[in-house]
Amino acid sequence: MASFSLTVNGKRETVDVSPDTPLLWVLRDTLGLTGTKYGCGIGQCSACAVHMDGEPTRSCRTPISAAANKRVTTIEGLSPAKMNTLQQAWIDEQVPQCGYCQSGQIMAAAALLARKPSPTDADIDDAMSPHICRCGTYQRIRSAMHRAAGGARAEAGQ
Amino acid sequence: MTGQRATGNGESRREFLRTSALAGAGLVVGFRFTSRAEAQEISTAAADFAPNAYIRIAADGTITLFADHVELGQGITTALPMILADELDADWDTVRLERLQDDPSAWPRPIRTVGSQSVRGSWMSLRNAAGVVRESLALAAAKEWNVDRVSVRTEKGFAIHGASNRRIGYGELTGAAAEIVKGDVGFSLKEPAEFTIIGTKRARADIPAKVNGRAQFGLDVRVPGMLVATVIRPPVIGGKVKSFDPAPAKAVDGVKEVVEFENGVAVLANDTWSALKGRKALVVEWDDGANVALSSAGLRQQYTTLMGSAANVAATRGDPEALLRSSAASITADYELPFAAHATMEPMNCTAHVRADGCEVWASTQGPTGVQQTVAQLLGIPQKSVTVHVMMVGGGFGRKSNNDPVIDAVRLSKIVNAPVKVMWTREDDMQHDRYRPFGLHKLRGAVDASGIPVAWTHRIVSLHALSAGDTMGGASDLPYGIPNFRADYVTPPASVPVQPWRSVGHSQNGFVTESFLDELAVAGKKDPVELRRALLANAQARDAARYAGVLELAVSKSSWGKPMPAGQGRGIAVHAMTGSYVAQIAEVSVVNNSIRVNKVVCAVDCGIVINPDTLASQVEGAIIYGLTCALKNEITVTGGRIDQDNFNTYPMLRINEAPHVEVYTVASTESPGGMGEPGVPPIAAAVGNAVFAATGKRLRKLPFRLV
Repeated sequence: MASFSLTVNGKRETVDVSPDTPLLWVLRDTLGLTGTKYGCGIGQCSACAVHMDGEPTRSCRTPISAAANKRVTTIEGLSPAKMNTLQQAWIDEQVPQCGYCQSGQIMAAAALLARKPSPTDADIDDAMSPHICRCGTYQRIRSAMHRAAGGARAEAGQ
Repeated sequence: MTGQRATGNGESRREFLRTSALAGAGLVVGFRFTSRAEAQEISTAAADFAPNAYIRIAADGTITLFADHVELGQGITTALPMILADELDADWDTVRLERLQDDPSAWPRPIRTVGSQSVRGSWMSLRNAAGVVRESLALAAAKEWNVDRVSVRTEKGFAIHGASNRRIGYGELTGAAAEIVKGDVGFSLKEPAEFTIIGTKRARADIPAKVNGRAQFGLDVRVPGMLVATVIRPPVIGGKVKSFDPAPAKAVDGVKEVVEFENGVAVLANDTWSALKGRKALVVEWDDGANVALSSAGLRQQYTTLMGSAANVAATRGDPEALLRSSAASITADYELPFAAHATMEPMNCTAHVRADGCEVWASTQGPTGVQQTVAQLLGIPQKSVTVHVMMVGGGFGRKSNNDPVIDAVRLSKIVNAPVKVMWTREDDMQHDRYRPFGLHKLRGAVDASGIPVAWTHRIVSLHALSAGDTMGGASDLPYGIPNFRADYVTPPASVPVQPWRSVGHSQNGFVTESFLDELAVAGKKDPVELRRALLANAQARDAARYAGVLELAVSKSSWGKPMPAGQGRGIAVHAMTGSYVAQIAEVSVVNNSIRVNKVVCAVDCGIVINPDTLASQVEGAIIYGLTCALKNEITVTGGRIDQDNFNTYPMLRINEAPHVEVYTVASTESPGGMGEPGVPPIAAAVGNAVFAATGKRLRKLPFRLV
C-alpha cells in the first residue's frame, strides 16, 4: 500500500492503495464514483474512459501510480451543476439504450470537442472507434456530437 | 374523451381490477398484466385475483404506474406510462413509472422482460385498467356537479363540463372515484384515431441518469460490509476443482477469504482490484472431466452425420420430395452458424446478503421473480423471505434472464456470512456464457419453369436455446406461398451450454431462409423483390399483406433496381416475429474481400407504434447487434474450452464500421407487436444477399468470410 494524491473532479483526494491499482478501481471502489464503468479490463472497450489532465484516458489500464498528482475528470465531474451542451445533446438525440458504455462515450466526445469544436465524421470515427456500444447507438452518438458542436458554435456567436 | 360512449359495450371491471390499500393517499387500483401477449383474455377468477401492477392517482394529481417490467434500454419505463396516460386522458407531464416496492410479500409477479413482450403483453390489460379509472373519474365529476355523465369529458388530467365551463382535476376526484371504481363500471376504450400521446415522440425517462453517471447498474451496488468476489471456474465445460493452494492469494493485500464452492474457487476481498490480484495469484488444478475432447470441429462432424438421421417435423404441406426429384431446377445449400456470446457491456454480476431471517439480493436481471425463486430454492426458504432489488441492466439480450451470478453471490454470502458482490470479469462472461447455439442447416428447393419456387425443405441440427418451437421460429412459419414445404429438426446431444440470444431461433433462421430464397431467385432468374412479391401474393398466411407492406415500403424508400458501381451491391430480406414485420435493404461495398455495409433501409410494421423514436432506436441497435454477429462473432471450442475470452478475440462492430440506418414505419391500427428483437433476424441475409449482388459469391456461413 502507498499513498497517492490526485485531483478528481476539482477535489484534492488522497488514497491509500497498492501502486498497481488501476485508476478505474480507485474511482469506483475507493472514491465511490461508479459512473466510470468496467467493461473489459484490457483497454478494448473504453467504458472506463476518463480525462487525465484533459486527455481521454482508459482508467482500467492506468495504474494509480501514473495518475498521481494528475487532474482527473469523470462523468460525475463533467458538468456537476447541470447538463452541459454535450450531455443535453445526448438527451436530445435520445442516445443511450442500456446506458452502460455512455459515460465513456461522453468523456471521449467531450475531449474531442474540446480539441476540435467542429469535428468531421472522420474525426468522430477516430476519436470514438476505441469505444464499444453493444446496444448499437453509434448513429445517435454521431448525431449528438454534431448537434453539440453546432450548439457550441451558436453559443459562441459563430 | 367524451362520455358519449361510456355506457357502450365496454368490459366489466370486476374480472381484472381491484382497489387496493397500497401506501399513499389518493386512488389506487390494482390490476394484472397477463404474461403473454396472446392471453389478452383475462380469466383470473375474482376470488384468487392478485394484482401485479397498480395505478395510483395522488391527491395532487400526479399519476404513478407501479409495474415490474425491467428497463433494459428498450424504453419500457416510458412506453407503459404513455399507454396509461393516453387511455386515462392524463397530462403526460404528471405520469411516471415506478418499480413495485421491493416488498416480497407482494410476489410472485411472474413478469420477465424477455421475448419482446413488454408492450404487447401489457397493451390491453393496461388500457382496460386505465379505461375503468378514467370512467370512474368522469362519473365522480358528474356526481359532484350533479350533471349527466355524457356531458362530462376528460382531458389532460381534468374532468370538464363544457356547458357550465367547469373543470376539476383528477387529484380532487380521487376520493369519490375510489368508491365508484369498486362497483361495476362500464367503459369503452379509445379508438386509435383518438390517441394523443401514443404515437408521439416522448423523451425516455431513463436517459438523464444515463448521461451523468448516476444510473445505478448491478455492478455499482455498494453495501456496508460487502466483500467483492471473483470466481475462477473450471476452464473445461463440466470440469471440477481438483486442488488449489489458497496461500498465494491470501497473501495479497485486501484478500479476506479464498473458498472452494460448487461453482469453482472464489477469492473474496475488500475491493475489486485486490480480488482480481488474488485470483491471479491463485493456482488451481482442475479435474477436466468428460469434455476434454469437445471441439467445434468435432461438433461440426457430429452434426453433419446427424443431418442424415431421422428428424422431427415442425411443419409440412404438399410433397416436397416428389417436386425436388422431378423439377428441372432444384438446389441444395448447407448453412452454418457458430455459437455466439451475448457480450452485454455490463458483465454478469450480483450482490447478495444471506441473513438468518432471509436474503436480500441486488441483481441486474431480466427476471426478478426468477431470481427470487432461484434464491428461495437454493436456501430452502420461502419466496417471501427473499427481497430482490432490481438494478439498472447494462444490456440484456436474453443473457440476464439467467441466474448464474445470483447463485454465486448467494452461496458465497452464506459461506462467508457477509454481503458479497460477485463480479464476472469480461473473460468469465465470455467463456462461461450460455451461448446462441451452433447450428447446421440444410435447405433444398425447386423452382418451376417460370422460376417460381414450388418446393422447399429446411432441416436444422441445433441445440434448443429454449424449446424446439423456438429453434424453428421463422423456419417453420415462412409466409411465402410455396405449396410443397417441410421444416424439420434433429436435436443433438447436449454439449456447450446454450440460452436465448436476442430473437432466439429467428436470429438464425432469418439469415438462412432469406438467403436461400435469394438463391432460389437466382435459380429461377427472378429479381429478389419480384420473387417475394409473387410468393406473398400467393401466400396462404393471413398476415402475408403485412409482409408485403414492409417489402414495398422498404423498396420505395431505397434505390432498389438502380445500378451500382462495381464492387457494390444491394440485398433484401424480410422477416417477422413477435407480431412485428421487418424488411431491410442493405447496401454494401466489397473492397479487398472486406465487407463494408454503407446503408440499411428498414421498414417496420409493428402495429400501433407507442414511441416512434424508441422504435427507431431499437431497430438501429438490433441492426448493429445482428451485423456484429454476421461480420465478426464466432465462439469456438477446443479441448472443451471456449477459445475466445475478450473483445480482442470476440470483436465488436464500432462506430467507424456502422452503417447509416433509416427506419420507416407502416401506419397501422393493429395491436402493437414487440420490437426489442425483430430488427435482428433480417440483417445478415440482407447483407449476404448484397454481397452476392456485388461479387457473385454466396455466403452461407457466419461470420462472413470472403477468403
